[in-house]
Amino acid sequence: MTETKAAPPPPKRPRPRLDAINRPFWTGGAEGKLYITHCGDCGEWTHPPREFCRHCQSENVAPEAVPGTGVIDTLTVNHQPWMPGLPVPFVIARVKLDGAPGVILTTNVVGSPVDEVDFDDRVRVTFEEQDGIWFPLFEKEA
Amino acid sequence: MALKHEAYITGIGQSEVGVRLARSPMGITMDAIKAAMADAGLTFDQIDGVATYPGRMAGFLGFSPIGVDEVIETCGIKARWHMGGGEIPAQLSAIAEAADAIRNGHARHVICFRTVYEAAAMSRPEEFPPVRREFVEGSSQWTAPYFAISAACWVAHYAMRQMKRNGMTREQLAQIALNANRNALDNPNARAITKKPLTLDEYMEARLITTPFCLYDCDRFSDASTVLILSAGDALDEVKTTPIRVAASAGSVHRYSWDQPDYMASYATGPDLWAQTDYKPKDVGTVQFYDGFAFFPISWLEALGFCDIGAGHEFIDGGKRIARDGDLPLNTAGGQLGAGRLHGFGFAYEAALQLRGDAGERQIPGDPKVAVATSGGGPLAAALLLARD
Repeated sequence: MTETKAAPPPPKRPRPRLDAINRPFWTGGAEGKLYITHCGDCGEWTHPPREFCRHCQSENVAPEAVPGTGVIDTLTVNHQPWMPGLPVPFVIARVKLDGAPGVILTTNVVGSPVDEVDFDDRVRVTFEEQDGIWFPLFEKEA
Repeated sequence: MALKHEAYITGIGQSEVGVRLARSPMGITMDAIKAAMADAGLTFDQIDGVATYPGRMAGFLGFSPIGVDEVIETCGIKARWHMGGGEIPAQLSAIAEAADAIRNGHARHVICFRTVYEAAAMSRPEEFPPVRREFVEGSSQWTAPYFAISAACWVAHYAMRQMKRNGMTREQLAQIALNANRNALDNPNARAITKKPLTLDEYMEARLITTPFCLYDCDRFSDASTVLILSAGDALDEVKTTPIRVAASAGSVHRYSWDQPDYMASYATGPDLWAQTDYKPKDVGTVQFYDGFAFFPISWLEALGFCDIGAGHEFIDGGKRIARDGDLPLNTAGGQLGAGRLHGFGFAYEAALQLRGDAGERQIPGDPKVAVATSGGGPLAAALLLARD
């Protein structure tokens, strides 16, 4: 019988510190919503969220729910375990969001083998909760 | 002909480049400073400016262990101008700003330095405790939660697009690492980083980091200090070297983000560099492009107009065009992939050495008179046009 070292448990996701500006984005998943900062004056979208619209500098900005669908703009299949116990490989993608032109999210595409995820795939948000943060992940649309 | 209101590189120096060096951060910094001072033939009473990037970072000492203040004090410099900061376009912007200060009369001779100590610091955690943070802050909160923790992942997104949309192959990308390896083998100060030739087969079989990057596409933590001394055009009679003019510089960014723009900041910086000079890409004898990850030099070739956007991987022509005997020699000292993560300053050092004709065994033919050195990727971008004119 050979001695085996117990594998470390998978690491938790590094988590952001919540503040007034980023809270809607990171907690919207509690109500199943993906919130992006939207300008009530010019109608444009600002991401990452800011206190001012980055297009017209209005303070009349508020989080607005987007459909939660989008398309894969680019992706990388990550093989390096950056933290002890991190399961690899996995997909890190950039997703262009429907309904919020110009906004891209870096995210993980989950629920499919890594070699079945490709550029231009249609994806839909799915939330993973950890310690009060609802991380928006994406899976391929059926 | 020296131009009075211009700035020139007049001294260059580099410490031993190592992995887990025992010598202290100030020790290697002074090694590089003294080498550059001896090269220029200057004494400290002639120095009146100091610049660095990004300045001493207390929570991240391996990345930047030495600040401008320590150099001013250690060397007894009576400074009329100094700067050390990270909120500038990229690493080489410290040199660009020193050149601007000289042109504006704020200094005559400026020591520009960059010391890195990442390998040694990691190996001596009791002396350089790694920072453990409960939260991810700032821009990394948009990537780190997805285990996109290294810049390798962020740059891979641009490199993968080049493969999927523009047809780049891994064999084409490999030429950056293979070229770096060949050149590093002729660089005596790269021995700690590059010990033997790399073959395409070894590259193709290497461990993947994040597609398309394998181990050989990522630079490696190193310990080193690199120094360039810049001097005013009306102070060149005080130095003994062939002066290399900082003919233009640029550092432009349109989106301060790794993941929102379609193109990295280099693509705004390239045209802005040429807008300031009568030189054209065809005048350039060698390019020294930041290669923290292997896709960066390909993107800089496109950004600076050496080829069309999306065609950088074809332009390098299987590595022939960028070899030391090619039309446009790239990273002739081995770059960061072959000669260590000097964090930008190594590219300006090597450009100056080649333009002087002092690169020894790795000197490129053709009496090069103009070079471009760059640093940065993603939202960071700085380019210097250097000329022996």
